[in-house]
Amino acid sequence: MIKIRDLKIRLGKKQVLNGVDLDIPTGKTVVVMGRSGTGKSVLFKNIIGLMHPDSGSIEVDGQEVVGLREKDLNEVRKRFGVLFQSGALFDSMTVGENVGLPLREHTKLPDAEIAKRVADRLEWVGLKGVEAMKPASLSGGMRKRVGLARAIAMDPAYILYDEPTTGLDPIMSDVINRLIRSLQQRIGVTSIVVTHDMNSAYHVADEMALLNEGRVVFTGTPDEARTTSNPMVRQFIEGSSEGPIKP
Amino acid sequence: MTEWLEDGYDYLRDKLIDGIAEVGRIAMLVGDTFRKLGRGLRSFGLVVDQMDHIGVQSLMLVFIVSLFTGAVAAVQAGYQFANVVPLKFIGSVILRSVIIELGPVLTALIVGGRVGASIAAELGTMRVTEQIDALDAMAINPVRYLVVPRVVAAVIMLPMLTIIANFIAIIGGWIVCVTTLDVSTHTYVTSMKTFFFMKDLWSGLIKAFFFGGIIAWMGCYYGFRTEGGAEGVGIATTRAVVSACVLVLVSDYVIANVLFRFIFAS
Repeated sequence: MIKIRDLKIRLGKKQVLNGVDLDIPTGKTVVVMGRSGTGKSVLFKNIIGLMHPDSGSIEVDGQEVVGLREKDLNEVRKRFGVLFQSGALFDSMTVGENVGLPLREHTKLPDAEIAKRVADRLEWVGLKGVEAMKPASLSGGMRKRVGLARAIAMDPAYILYDEPTTGLDPIMSDVINRLIRSLQQRIGVTSIVVTHDMNSAYHVADEMALLNEGRVVFTGTPDEARTTSNPMVRQFIEGSSEGPIKP
Repeated sequence: MTEWLEDGYDYLRDKLIDGIAEVGRIAMLVGDTFRKLGRGLRSFGLVVDQMDHIGVQSLMLVFIVSLFTGAVAAVQAGYQFANVVPLKFIGSVILRSVIIELGPVLTALIVGGRVGASIAAELGTMRVTEQIDALDAMAINPVRYLVVPRVVAAVIMLPMLTIIANFIAIIGGWIVCVTTLDVSTHTYVTSMKTFFFMKDLWSGLIKAFFFGGIIAWMGCYYGFRTEGGAEGVGIATTRAVVSACVLVLVSDYVIANVLFRFIFAS
């Protein structure tokens, strides 16, 4: 379980996160929604220690990660898989080398075992036999799926998805949504999905959280989000420029 | 008038603070590289890849520049010796100017342009496309994985390239001497042997070792600090090359002073 309490961070003159409180229960998929620039990606980067908050607390399985030394932080990071918005694949490596990188760096598995694990994970995301391809020759959807295969290579307890469907066509978005769901069912992983794609959010979420002006202003199930009278949630779901959320 | 002075003062103060902060950040990167050196060297395959990129792929450029550097040195020496110094000494002048100064410095400037730009552009692109964040997220330290192999490869390959550059430049000088200055091969070689001192060669190679580190660290530092998109990568690349070239020349003076006034003085 991840517990975030009173998380604050200022970037330049802007208070990006201003007291975020959020729980991510074990085995659940929590979708963090919000307009562009509301701090969703900053929250995501704080959880994994890529950014450091000014104050507040982030507990992962009871362990405080804010202020951890690099060595200890890396041990926490090994429990996470991360799918970046662009896939963040290494251009100089093949698909197989990309997916196998965390295994080569953190395990003593023999090459044959790594190759087998890479092939398995690529098959899980529907990309059998692409190990020798270079990232530059992949479509946007394939890049995200390879990124996802890399994220699950180490059998993580948590997966963070940063805008997993952004830039994809509706059919490929559905493929990614189904993958997120199937991974949760297959390996019981706890997921945090940062997105502003409502279709995707409804598809994958066990719980939803709306971030606005640096705070979580709503948490609830997808059904509660559909029926809530919270004007911010209503405005966000309906995609209206008029309401309490300033455009 | 007072407002103009205050603005000028604020501008200079901010620039000074930025400059000090930049030096501090570079020093931290250098320190971090030494701390991660042991673990970084375990992935020796990455170092070998960079040795190919930094050294082997620079060979043709170094060859062409060195050949003409030696040739120009011979032409200049021939012109300045005319009616003043006998041409039988021309070999030693070319040899010593090449191995002490021209070989290491020109090689560093050429490699600084080619490799410094390439490292900054590569790491800068990795920064803006979240690849460096991805390394961190996978608990793979980017300094260990990206900086250590480049710095180690550069400090190994720059002296090697300098040895090759020295050799080619001496051949360039010999071609001009025997074809246009009427100096025989025997005279050229004898002159070089008479005034050759091992410490001259060592001084050039020691410089090249430090120049290699400077080029790789500048490329890595500005690559890591890249912000924005393509424009940011362009800015990082320019800064890496300019700062590497300036630092090569400044450190050349400092190292030459230390070597020839203290270490090789006797």
